[in-house]
This record gives sequence, structure tokens and C-alpha cells, in this order.
Amino acid sequence: MQRTIIAGLIGLVFGTGMALSGMSNPAKVLNFFDFAGSWDLSLALVMASALVVTAIGYRIVLRRDRPVVEARFHLPTGRKLDLPLIAGSAIFGVGWGMSGFCPGGAIPALGLGESSVWIFVGTMLAGIFAARTVRLALESRATQTA
Amino acid sequence: MTEFTPLMSLSGGTLIGLSAVLLMAFHGRIAGMTGILTGLLPPIAADWGWRAAFIAGAIVAPMLIVMLSGQAIGFDSPVPTSWLAVSGLIVGVGVYFGSGCTSGHGVCGLARLSPRSIAATAIFMATTAATVFVTRHVMGGL
Repeated sequence: MQRTIIAGLIGLVFGTGMALSGMSNPAKVLNFFDFAGSWDLSLALVMASALVVTAIGYRIVLRRDRPVVEARFHLPTGRKLDLPLIAGSAIFGVGWGMSGFCPGGAIPALGLGESSVWIFVGTMLAGIFAARTVRLALESRATQTA
Repeated sequence: MTEFTPLMSLSGGTLIGLSAVLLMAFHGRIAGMTGILTGLLPPIAADWGWRAAFIAGAIVAPMLIVMLSGQAIGFDSPVPTSWLAVSGLIVGVGVYFGSGCTSGHGVCGLARLSPRSIAATAIFMATTAATVFVTRHVMGGL
């Protein structure tokens, strides 16, 4: 229960940051990327400040033996620049550029009561689900033939 | 047009960073929206609870800001619904195979100097900028 409440409060901080920073506003995101048109530099400051705080905070936090409410840290260990990473990231960028919605910005935007956000999040979840189904099917076929 | 909002951007970005640090400190997890959402999809796993709570907190936050401050939060989705629906699908497939999005790779991963995250962020920033250029200046806007 305590774990759940803490995660909820941290989510609240995350959502507040996304909403205040303008990351939940598709028009602002698109204008950041529109160097040849209505350029709005704001999001560079969002990324920079978030990055500085996280980089410093992680150095302090990861000195501990374990996190406060879990047995161990769960850090990604992969270092390989493989095809799924490269192609997936490229595909994500196309979708982000089409609409101005990224997952981290869209979820808090659900709280604004705009129907467009629900449409985006709905198809995004369908996309994640479909991609995972395909990957799991391919992996099980690979183990069967191996 | 949107206005340059340096103070809001810096304070919002600081809070995003703070939430990433807190999630690592308490739960030992990367505050990446892709990973948190993927873990919520069926089949339901044992660690469903904290993920759902994080998402719920993130959704409630803008409601609280509006209620407490009485100010509207800037929001404008300038593209047609069909375009939005297709982009959602593309984003979902992309972040799943790419193992992360702006929060996971762009903040948490870069902060750890992860080579995968540095590559992922560079790639999606480039294709995002290219897509905006094509839709706005080659196709003439939507």
C-alpha cells in the first residue's frame, strides 16, 4: 500500500512537471521542432533542466545499496545498438512529429479533458500491444525452430 | 504560434527531473512512460499497482493545477483526428521496439549516459524534426 501511495505522489510530480513545462501541449512541442517556421525554444530548457536534475540526483541516489521500498535497483543493462532500438526510435519520431504527442506528455494531458488526447492514447496503447504481440510471436517461433 | 516560456519550462523540467530521481530513490525504477505503460497492459503482472498509481498521479496533476490556480493549462492539438489516431499507432509501435520515449531515453537514459539512450534520443529528435519540416513546409501544413 505504501509503495502504491508513494508511486502515486511521484506520478503527481511528473504530471505537474509535464503540464507546467508545455510538454503536454502538442502545439508547443511541434513549434519546438519547427526551426524553419514558428520556432519556440522552450522545450530545450525543459529537457536541459530535467537532465541536470536527474543526472545529479541519480549520482546521489545510486550510491545507496537499494531503493527505499524495493529490494534492488532495476537498471537497463543492454548496451547494444540493435535494429529494434534504431528503427523503433526512428518510427517513434515520425509519430511524434505528426501529432506533437509523446507518451510522457500525452498521459498527463488526459487530465485536461480533451477528446483528442483520448484518441491518441487509445491508438498508442493499441500500437504498443500489437508490437508486443508480434515480438512475442516471433520470439516463440524462433525458440521452436532452434 | 506559442510563446517562449523560459520560467515555466525550467520549473516544469526541474519537476520532471525530480520525479525521475524520486522514482529511482524509492522504487529503483526508470521513470520512462513507455516502460510503465507497457507493464500495465494485459497480462496483468504482480507489479501492476505502483505503475497504475504513477499513471493516475500523472493524470490527476493537471486537474489539480487547474483547480488550485484557476488558470487554464495551454493545450492545442492542431492536427485532424484521423492523423492523430494514426500517429498514436505509430508512436506505440515505435516506443515499444525502441524501448523508450522522451522520458525514458531522453531524460533518464541520457542522465545515465546510456549509449542506447543517446542513440535513441538523437534518432527520434532527428526524425521528429524531419517529419515536422515535411508536414509543415513540404506538404504545406495540415
